[in-house]
Amino acid sequence: MNVLQRWLDSDVGYSFRQSPTAMVAAAIALVCLVCSAFAGWVAPTNPFDLATLELSNARLPPVWMEGGSSQFLLGTDDQGRDILSAIIYGSRISLVVGLASVILSVVVGVGLGLLAGFKGGWIDALLMRMCDVMLSFPAILVALLIAGVGRALFPNAHESLAFGVLILSITLTGWVQYARTVRGTTLVERNKEYVQAARVTGVAPLRIMFKHVLPNVMGPVMVLATIQVASAILTEATLSFLGVGAPPTSPSLGTLIRIGNDYLFSGEWWITIFPGLMLVLIALSVNLLGDWLRDALNPRLR
Amino acid sequence: MSKTQPLVVAHDLAKTFDVSAPWLNRVIERKPRQLLNAVDGVSFEIERGKTLALVGESGCGKSTVARLLVGLYEPTRGGLTFDGQDAHAAFKSPNARQMRQRIQMIFQDPYASLNPRWTVDDIIGEPLKEHGLIKDADELKARVTDLLKSVGLSPLDMVKYPHQFSGGQRQRISIARALATAPEFLVCDEPTSALDVSVQAQVLNIMKDLQRERGLTYLFISHNLAVVRHVSDQVGVMYLGRLVELADKHTLFGQPQHPYTRMLLDAIPKMHDTGRARTPVQGEVPNPLNPPSGCSFHPRCPQASDICRAERPSLRDFKGIKIACHAVV
Amino acid sequence: MSLLQVKNLVVEFPSRHGTLRALDDISFDIAPGEILGVVGESGAGKSLTGAAIIGLLEPPGRVAGGQILLEGQRIDHLDADQMRHIRGRKIGAIFQDPLTSLNPLYSIGRQLTETILAHLPVTPQEARQRAIQLLKDTGISAAEERIDHYPHQFSGGMRQRVVIALALAAEPQLIVADEPTTALDVSIQAQIISLLKKVCKDRGAAVMLITHDMGVIAETCDRVAVLYAGRVAEIGPVYQVINQAAHPYTAGLMASIPDMDSDRERLNQIDGAMPRLNAIPKGCAFNPRCPQAFERCRQERPDLVQAGANLAACWLHDGSAA
Repeated sequence: MNVLQRWLDSDVGYSFRQSPTAMVAAAIALVCLVCSAFAGWVAPTNPFDLATLELSNARLPPVWMEGGSSQFLLGTDDQGRDILSAIIYGSRISLVVGLASVILSVVVGVGLGLLAGFKGGWIDALLMRMCDVMLSFPAILVALLIAGVGRALFPNAHESLAFGVLILSITLTGWVQYARTVRGTTLVERNKEYVQAARVTGVAPLRIMFKHVLPNVMGPVMVLATIQVASAILTEATLSFLGVGAPPTSPSLGTLIRIGNDYLFSGEWWITIFPGLMLVLIALSVNLLGDWLRDALNPRLR
Repeated sequence: MSKTQPLVVAHDLAKTFDVSAPWLNRVIERKPRQLLNAVDGVSFEIERGKTLALVGESGCGKSTVARLLVGLYEPTRGGLTFDGQDAHAAFKSPNARQMRQRIQMIFQDPYASLNPRWTVDDIIGEPLKEHGLIKDADELKARVTDLLKSVGLSPLDMVKYPHQFSGGQRQRISIARALATAPEFLVCDEPTSALDVSVQAQVLNIMKDLQRERGLTYLFISHNLAVVRHVSDQVGVMYLGRLVELADKHTLFGQPQHPYTRMLLDAIPKMHDTGRARTPVQGEVPNPLNPPSGCSFHPRCPQASDICRAERPSLRDFKGIKIACHAVV
Repeated sequence: MSLLQVKNLVVEFPSRHGTLRALDDISFDIAPGEILGVVGESGAGKSLTGAAIIGLLEPPGRVAGGQILLEGQRIDHLDADQMRHIRGRKIGAIFQDPLTSLNPLYSIGRQLTETILAHLPVTPQEARQRAIQLLKDTGISAAEERIDHYPHQFSGGMRQRVVIALALAAEPQLIVADEPTTALDVSIQAQIISLLKKVCKDRGAAVMLITHDMGVIAETCDRVAVLYAGRVAEIGPVYQVINQAAHPYTAGLMASIPDMDSDRERLNQIDGAMPRLNAIPKGCAFNPRCPQAFERCRQERPDLVQAGANLAACWLHDGSAA
């Protein structure tokens, strides 16, 4: 609690309290997070338990429309699955994939960026050229490639492998921005006198990198990571929509949108619209949070 | 080891930096390699317990000399002897730790010389932990308390962050950190240049007290000749990487011999004794990448002659001082 | 009549911690053609005073009280447009860093002529001739060619000369120079100081020289004002303030400056530090650190009173009973 109190009193905490957008966005993101974490308790039904499904419940409209049932607040899809439960479970997949790929990107990107900035020379040149190459490929294309290769290599892929491939494909292009940002900041911090003081004392370079420089370069990384969570979720949704993302047995929001897409013109709009709205809500709130964080941490705007 | 052997002996120290454009640019744009002779053959001795001050303007290389002396740079040429030992060989050997315990550094910028994310006890405690000088957290706390008191700060400041202190207090924390390993030799790179005058007085007094109490030897880098006058025993004047004059304090300030030293002393705005006639100063410090031939001061020197343009003067003994000048020697 | 009169100036900064008074009742005058030094340590408010006069206070800072009069007209409450006309034409400014004072994308000739044309009724050709003359006056050789060069082609000292030329371009009567020589080498400092003195005397322009370097003040100024914690501690002729300071802070400050000519074992030090803006003591701001403080100092804030040749804000010199 002491840490929380200190944070709330700090300049960043003050800025948070002053910004209604940030507080609302944070609240929404938190609610989504909690709901998806405890999906088993929150969702009215488990839509992927085949035993509970009944085809007679298929394609029911939302509760406020004619024909709707209070058992299925947002309606059902073609298999009789409750849309509300589906999007709660689906957003769990989306959030897990989003967060996991960002965490992995941060670890890889920050590590490589520190190395490049600290060592300089050919390591730096090599890493930066790698970044340039990675950036010239569109992220979706790379992800499609990896996913396609994954499927070809493991045609009877177990579910978790599919997720692993999905996370990997998003990480592969995601780490680059962290590496570049961190490298730039490392180059600046490396020449500062507190680093030189540590060198004069005889501290090993690796220790200097992680204990001295790393805490000082994490600021911009936090902002990037927050915004990238939204982008990763959207990428995952796109991949799932295209059919190469989450498997249909545990559909993410993207998969749900795809499934519902087929029924859009036959009038059962709720099957695709509600997952879409959920996706927008998550991505928007995370993005707004990232925007606020970037402005709060910018010393010039303070 | 005789008592009169100087603690620090620098012999023909030189450091060249490669400041060429990146390889790709050089190939495409056909640019030549560019080398910067930041320090070009500097020799001096410092006796135990004394202070040598190096003065000069921007580009003279005094900061590079400071960094050579603490092992942050490897010399391109020449060597450094510390207490009879080859210092740079020691820095590279497995026993580097022992050498590093005895030589420490204080930096110019009080804001950049302390890690903004570390608390004061971590900052001061790092050298203690690194060199294994303490056994446990209690001993660490005790040592840090002693160090803070010795620079006039309260032990309660231990848990604070650098941004909670003023410039002068931060500089004191830097001094406390430098003293943690009980070093014999302190290299001070413009330690008071960024401080207000009254704060500067406090810090300089502390440094002098500490020197007296602990028998410290200082290398004091500064561009402020008045400060140098106050703290030093010996003064070396540098210009574009070379020493032009090296003398004890009273001789240098009383009878400066080298034209550059004279120009420097004359140019300083003085608080008292204003309004007297002065020789106007010519020109500016030339680009270190492209120094003038021969004696690098000749374009600005009122006593320059042909030999000054052609031949570089070496540092020679002259009437008890060392000076590099054709006109004087 | 005074060229510039600052009367009871108050500058405040509203912040989340409350309103901070950065300048608290500052008053001084500058006569036409006079060079006034404004000296003080970090946080004393000297740069803020200059910024307030030029009208370049960074928000949320604002002038919260008092008046600034230029040639008898109030200028502290003018809007941005009106201030723009005054700036340059009547008041010129020189800042510390010559690198950032000049626009790197335009030639110096263009920057000079732009200023001249904005304020003076001359043709572009005449403006260019004036610019060349200005460059010559500030000691830049081969002015006719160098006028078309860019800032990066000049060295530090040369750039500061260009900045001085720029400040003088529209022939202002007052120049506010904020630490003009601090970023320069010692030998260049001397050149720039004597240049500044010369061109201003030649043109009859008054100078407000803001710096922390007493040596520069001693060499250049006629009078000097010493600021402490946003207030004027002492103001008077330069020689008197340096050698016969009436205010204990001034005396302590002068004594703590290492002197080129004397050899002292210990420098005089004033214990403690200047108070932060949100923690200024009651009464005289200097009283906790003052070796001569007495009860009245802790209770009442002193006004500037005559103390020999200077004006000092100190109860030691107040004629009435303590």
